Amino acid sequence: MAEPLLALRGLSIAFGGLRAVRDVSLAVPPGSLTALIGPNGAGKTTLFALMSGFLKPDAGTVRFDGRDITGVPPHLNARAGMTRTFQIVQPFAAQTVRENIAVGAHLHEPRRRAALAAAEDVAARVGLAPLLDRPAGDLTVAGRKRLELARALATRPKLLLLDEVLAGLNPQEITEMIPVVRGIADGGVTVLMIEHVMQAVMNLAEHVWVLAQGQLIASGTPVLVTREPSVIEAYLGPGAAARLAGGGHVAGSAK
Amino acid sequence: MSAAGPRPAGAARDLVAIGAFAALVGVATLWLDSGVWLNFVMMALYAALLAQAWNLLGGYGGQFSFGHALFFGTGAYVQAIAQMQGGANPWAALALAVLAAGAVGLLVGALSFRYGLRGSYFALVTLAFAEVFRILALSVGFTGGGVGLMVPLQEGAANMQFASRKGYVALALAFVVAALLVTSWMRHSRFGASLQAVRDNEDAARAVGVDPYRTKLGAIALSGAFMGAAGAFYVQVFQYIDPAIAFGPHVSVEALVGAIVGGMGTLWGPLLGATLLHLLADVTRNLVGQLPGINMVVYGIVLVVIVMFLPRGISGLGASVRDAWKGRRNG
Repeated sequence: MAEPLLALRGLSIAFGGLRAVRDVSLAVPPGSLTALIGPNGAGKTTLFALMSGFLKPDAGTVRFDGRDITGVPPHLNARAGMTRTFQIVQPFAAQTVRENIAVGAHLHEPRRRAALAAAEDVAARVGLAPLLDRPAGDLTVAGRKRLELARALATRPKLLLLDEVLAGLNPQEITEMIPVVRGIADGGVTVLMIEHVMQAVMNLAEHVWVLAQGQLIASGTPVLVTREPSVIEAYLGPGAAARLAGGGHVAGSAK
Repeated sequence: MSAAGPRPAGAARDLVAIGAFAALVGVATLWLDSGVWLNFVMMALYAALLAQAWNLLGGYGGQFSFGHALFFGTGAYVQAIAQMQGGANPWAALALAVLAAGAVGLLVGALSFRYGLRGSYFALVTLAFAEVFRILALSVGFTGGGVGLMVPLQEGAANMQFASRKGYVALALAFVVAALLVTSWMRHSRFGASLQAVRDNEDAARAVGVDPYRTKLGAIALSGAFMGAAGAFYVQVFQYIDPAIAFGPHVSVEALVGAIVGGMGTLWGPLLGATLLHLLADVTRNLVGQLPGINMVVYGIVLVVIVMFLPRGISGLGASVRDAWKGRRNG
């Protein structure tokens, strides 16, 4: 197997008495589209913050693209090719969509005109082309999610960390967004996503890690993982797996 | 997308407008004969320079300094001391003054941004630095202490002392045009885009590869350098500087109020705001001159009204009115 693009080893962090992430190890192979799932409060976003450098782990290491990047600040990780998005979208509200995306494009493009042109290309890829000159603050939730994605994509990442790009979207918008994410992965970008929308996880991810109470409790293909009793119990409570099995339900749609 | 992609929105338009502004003020200055009006233009340009300098860091970087007098005073003292004690030509002293003020900017920036100071904490730290420098200027010998420094009168362009006000107007205009050009560059460059990204959302900026620390350092150095030029200009015009003028709160307030009233983060706002406020101060002083202090009351009321009803400043008047109109119809 090729060397993983991103490898976590024994990653832990605590906030006061709360051990938000405990001894997490995982490896993301290059070119893959994988997902991190788990119930609310499991530590998924904290784990993203540890990977991308927004938080420093208390223990453990992060390796990216063959280098140890534990504790390296996020802007340097972005330069090295790992860019994250935010679950709570963070647009530069006073600026237009085009200017927002250009900030990402400037990472590898010092010239203003070229960065603005690159922003147009990226906007077309995520379906934002008609909104290029609108202030980012005017966008709908779905629009902001696309903008979040576009700005990250404009940095030309090797690894894209997507934090719930589908949360808050209606079923129609989710159906529209799934091919966008698929397209990014097909374009050669390795994608690791945090996602609650199981429709998307089942559709997109080739491999899933399940995080509960800061620990990895399962990993595998989406179908296998969602049949795992420990995963069902993490979502639905102790004894739920047995009850579901007894009641003859299929556990494939847990959550 | 081909190379003929979108123009950096309005970079060329900015240049044309700045050129037109320079030509207009230049011609008006040649044509003006009244000393009162020349003085007004000179002081308005000087006030504009203060506001523009503050705008580079406060408007585009979102870092609200309450102590920009720190850089002003540094420039003023370097200008005076380099001439009087170093025997430097005033033009060479000007270069030193600008560099020194920029360097002080770097120092203060390194200390406060390194530790992530933002918002009111940054404002308080800059205020404190200005006070420290004021007290230092009072206590050390080479600043002349509380007596201040008096630059000897030696008129001549080579000496940056002009017999006619027109010379000073030209000098102030050159500084203001330089500040306009730098501001326009801020609007159409990678550095400016990074700075505005940090202003609008620091975490999002970091996630896409912007180093907030170095970006803010660049902005405070630029802002300080222009403030230093204003300090040097002040010394050349009035030939006198003391610690209260140099590092006191008056200059800090004038700089930030001009920018806020005119419109932060805009090209023309600070110039507009500073000029109008200067006009207002002059008019109220002349109209109600027999009641000392009443002009400050009128000035204060106008400020409050602008801040309350025009959150985007005077240059954002159109947008504020549109929003209010929309809000009324939708509400």
